Amino acid sequence: MIITQNKPFEEIQKMTEPFEKIFIVGCGTCSTSCQTGGEEQVAEMSGKLGDKVVGTAMVEEPCDLRIDRRDLRAHRDTIGEADAILVMSCGVGVQTVGDYTGKVVLPASDTLFIGETERIGKYYDRCAACGECILDETGGICPITRCAKSLLNGPCGGQVEGKCEVGEYEDDCAWVLIWKRLKEQDRLDLFMEFRPPRDNSKKALLTEVIFR
Amino acid sequence: MVGKRPAYSNLMKEIQKGKFVLTGELEPEKVTGLDEVLESARAMKPYVIAANVTDNPLAMAFMNSLVPSYVVQRDVGLETVYQMVIRDKNRLALTSDVLAAAYLGIKNILAISGDHTVLGDNKGGLAVYDLDSAQFVYLLHKMIDEGTDLVGNEIHGKVEMNVGIAANPNANPLEPEILKIGRKTKIGSDFIQTQTMFDIDLTKEFLKETERFNCPTLVGIFPLKSFGIADFFDKYIPGVHVPKDLLASMKKCKEEPDKERRKDLYDEVNMEFFGPFVKEIRKTTKAAGIHVMAVLYERIFEPLLAETL
Repeated sequence: MIITQNKPFEEIQKMTEPFEKIFIVGCGTCSTSCQTGGEEQVAEMSGKLGDKVVGTAMVEEPCDLRIDRRDLRAHRDTIGEADAILVMSCGVGVQTVGDYTGKVVLPASDTLFIGETERIGKYYDRCAACGECILDETGGICPITRCAKSLLNGPCGGQVEGKCEVGEYEDDCAWVLIWKRLKEQDRLDLFMEFRPPRDNSKKALLTEVIFR
Repeated sequence: MVGKRPAYSNLMKEIQKGKFVLTGELEPEKVTGLDEVLESARAMKPYVIAANVTDNPLAMAFMNSLVPSYVVQRDVGLETVYQMVIRDKNRLALTSDVLAAAYLGIKNILAISGDHTVLGDNKGGLAVYDLDSAQFVYLLHKMIDEGTDLVGNEIHGKVEMNVGIAANPNANPLEPEILKIGRKTKIGSDFIQTQTMFDIDLTKEFLKETERFNCPTLVGIFPLKSFGIADFFDKYIPGVHVPKDLLASMKKCKEEPDKERRKDLYDEVNMEFFGPFVKEIRKTTKAAGIHVMAVLYERIFEPLLAETL
């Protein structure tokens, strides 16, 4: 899931200040689960921004152009008269709504990461969408997201009692976790392997994919 | 597995001869001059075979380490170990700096990760980590042993250097650290310098565990110039604790009102602790020497050296 966090309301207020008429779009998928852009949060935001708000809509997946088209069609006139759209979703949703409507779009949230959910409100950064997955070699634990230095050949000297120097020794050292997991699985030979530098050009050149 | 590399540096030559060596440490700070570094280098020169020059330690933006590494060699005649952290530079910048270092006659590089930027004095900086320290050792192997950059583009000229890596015998758990050292020694490191050690048993355990990698190791020690430094070290350096007795003795020295007498007391306390420590390492282990991190406490080198003879 894409994990988002609402911006402080003061920031949203400042962002919306120059506009007289605001339309609000919520997200029926990730941001509903995160409770940052579900129906309740859209209603709450609408109440806070008051008379400025000319309409609201929930889009099942605002990151999908086809679904924006489907779910926003009925609101075409209201969106037309709005000066800006406040989108309560991840950055992809904000951009897709902008692409579909051509309107000024404003992000109500900060997009944090692709996360694992422990419970509503508690999420862990687990995937950086790096384009070169090696979870088969690292015991199913991602060193790109879970090691603060994204080391491929850890641990570094900054681990103390299995905790990481970044964040006051509260987070686990990813490479100690990897070592433990591989040891449990009797696959320490994978730990010993030297992993060569990544080919960053792959990601730099990857801006779109067309599978068919 | 990379084959044995020739000893290009005096440090490596002495180690290969079987001599128990001392290395020192120099720390250029946020300065535009090198007077203090040169003074330190001159003071330690009679006692050490080489001196490390730190590279933005604790993620502080200091003067780069290449220029002082060169100037110390040129003006003081003391060989340097050019420390390079991979936090601040991508593979292109690392390659460029190694080429420049080769031109300037640098013979040792210590390839290290460096503390994360969030621990430093410019916390908002991007932590680059394009290569990790093992991959940097691999880059150095390509440059030194194969005469190319990382991807095989030819270097015009020679890069003749020995490569050091850092190790943390204080690591807990220790096994992943040991396995990592094994991984790194296979790809082309010539020597190891350890994190600061106070615990002789841990040090000996580490040396025993890493013996099979056949990579000469210099054990790091940090003589404590004052109680303030000892206390800071104990409180703020992660994973390192100053033994309680040593800390108490240091505290006692602090109470001496006479400045000169106080200095002598501090030196005595340090030698009471580090003298036997160094002696034991030399006599009972296969360590290649001691890396003395005694920035601005160069007077301790002379008595320390006596313990190694």
